[in-house]
Amino acid sequence: MLDYPQIVAELRTELATFTQGKVEIGEDTDLLADLSLDSLQVMNLLLHVEDRFDISIPVNILPDVKTVKDLALQIEHLTREM
Amino acid sequence: MGLFDKFRKLAAARGDLVALGINPFGVEIERIISPTEGVIHGRRTILAGTNNYLGLTFHPECIAAAHRALDAEGTGTTGSRMANGSYSGHRRLEEELAAFYGMRDAIVFSTGYQANLGTLSGLTGANDVVLLDADCHASIYDGCRLAGAEVIRFRHNNPEDLAKRMRRLGARAADTLIVVEGIYSMLGDRAPLREIVDVKRELGGYLLVDEAHSLGVLGDRGRGLVEELGVLADADFIVGTFSKSLGGAGGFCVSDLPELDLVRYSSRPYIFTASPSPATIASTRQALTILAAGRDLRARLRENYLRLHAGLTALGYTLGASPSPVIAVVLRDRVEALQFWSQLLQRGVYVNLMLPPATPDGVSLIRCSVSAAHTPEQIEAVCAAFAALRAAAGIAAAECDTGA
Repeated sequence: MLDYPQIVAELRTELATFTQGKVEIGEDTDLLADLSLDSLQVMNLLLHVEDRFDISIPVNILPDVKTVKDLALQIEHLTREM
Repeated sequence: MGLFDKFRKLAAARGDLVALGINPFGVEIERIISPTEGVIHGRRTILAGTNNYLGLTFHPECIAAAHRALDAEGTGTTGSRMANGSYSGHRRLEEELAAFYGMRDAIVFSTGYQANLGTLSGLTGANDVVLLDADCHASIYDGCRLAGAEVIRFRHNNPEDLAKRMRRLGARAADTLIVVEGIYSMLGDRAPLREIVDVKRELGGYLLVDEAHSLGVLGDRGRGLVEELGVLADADFIVGTFSKSLGGAGGFCVSDLPELDLVRYSSRPYIFTASPSPATIASTRQALTILAAGRDLRARLRENYLRLHAGLTALGYTLGASPSPVIAVVLRDRVEALQFWSQLLQRGVYVNLMLPPATPDGVSLIRCSVSAAHTPEQIEAVCAAFAALRAAAGIAAAECDTGA
């Protein structure tokens, strides 16, 4: 099972493909505001993240996910549940 | 943060449109002349973006039925289906829909949006998992949200991706609700329903198919993609609308499962809204009778959409999918789509402008919807307008013919 820093590292790699490396991505990066992703792009990002971590991430968590850290914590929680 | 701060981005986007002198999301049809013609900006305009697939909005028998109901039963029911808003016509329409599909029962809702909202929110709850095709309509997402159900998206039209996500759920997969659409409203593509049914047979779950754009359009008797692909019996729930092929307003869910009747009691969009007016129900019943009785309208519709699809393909346009009554022209970006939309209107053709994030994969689209009521001349006129824009864009027709 991946620990939190590993999850953040994986997410940074995944997000870089969406931003084409144009934005520096850290834990506090805001997915919508800093990365200029719209709601649909965030949902599509989840499809990739699900496959990368082999988990199912309900779309319902999105209201609670603003930053990379929020998403990493959700993934940590979901991978622990498995 | 102020109450209206969230509108800043919207206001800016709207301002851009105003600056261009167009308003694609607030077009006023000053006078409606027929299912395929209206007056916009004082000009007679071909309507090629109305979802009026069978062209029944002006059918004399539907109008006469609505008139009779209006005279006999008044203008509105003034109440919910759950209270005083269930007239004999509402129940008869439910029975007729059930008989049309050969299923046990149906529920009539006040709009197509509410049919999905009411079915999904009534059927599922906080402990349920709903697996949605990523391109499902907003009403499906909203229904799940109202239910508080766990929503997992699978990649559009990708049964293997659905299976993968179901396997991850383990034992919970057997009780999930899988939701797909017969024809997807943006690009006009169809669900690979047989393969999705295979996944359901292997891994369990229930299947809901939204046939909003395929009722009356696909299948030998017009029962949608489920009929066309021979999987009607595998659909646990079918949702549809009265506002497209049936030319009215309202929606329904039909099912062979006895539990459907209980959905009425748990569906807030069914309980807390007024039922459709008697005239609406009467015209819808008449339209359903016409839809079920013959194949001529479907044949004419098919002829028309094949003609438009072939015409636009020959002009070199990139289209969203293989032929269906929804024909989406994929354009380079938002600016080009806006220009196309505006210039088509100037040339007397109304179509729909579809922009991200409402569209899949961030594409900008000009969406045409074809009607059985379009004349061959109208289809030719739509093609001619697109051809003129192609020419204006500096692409010679000769190049298009060679596939350039």
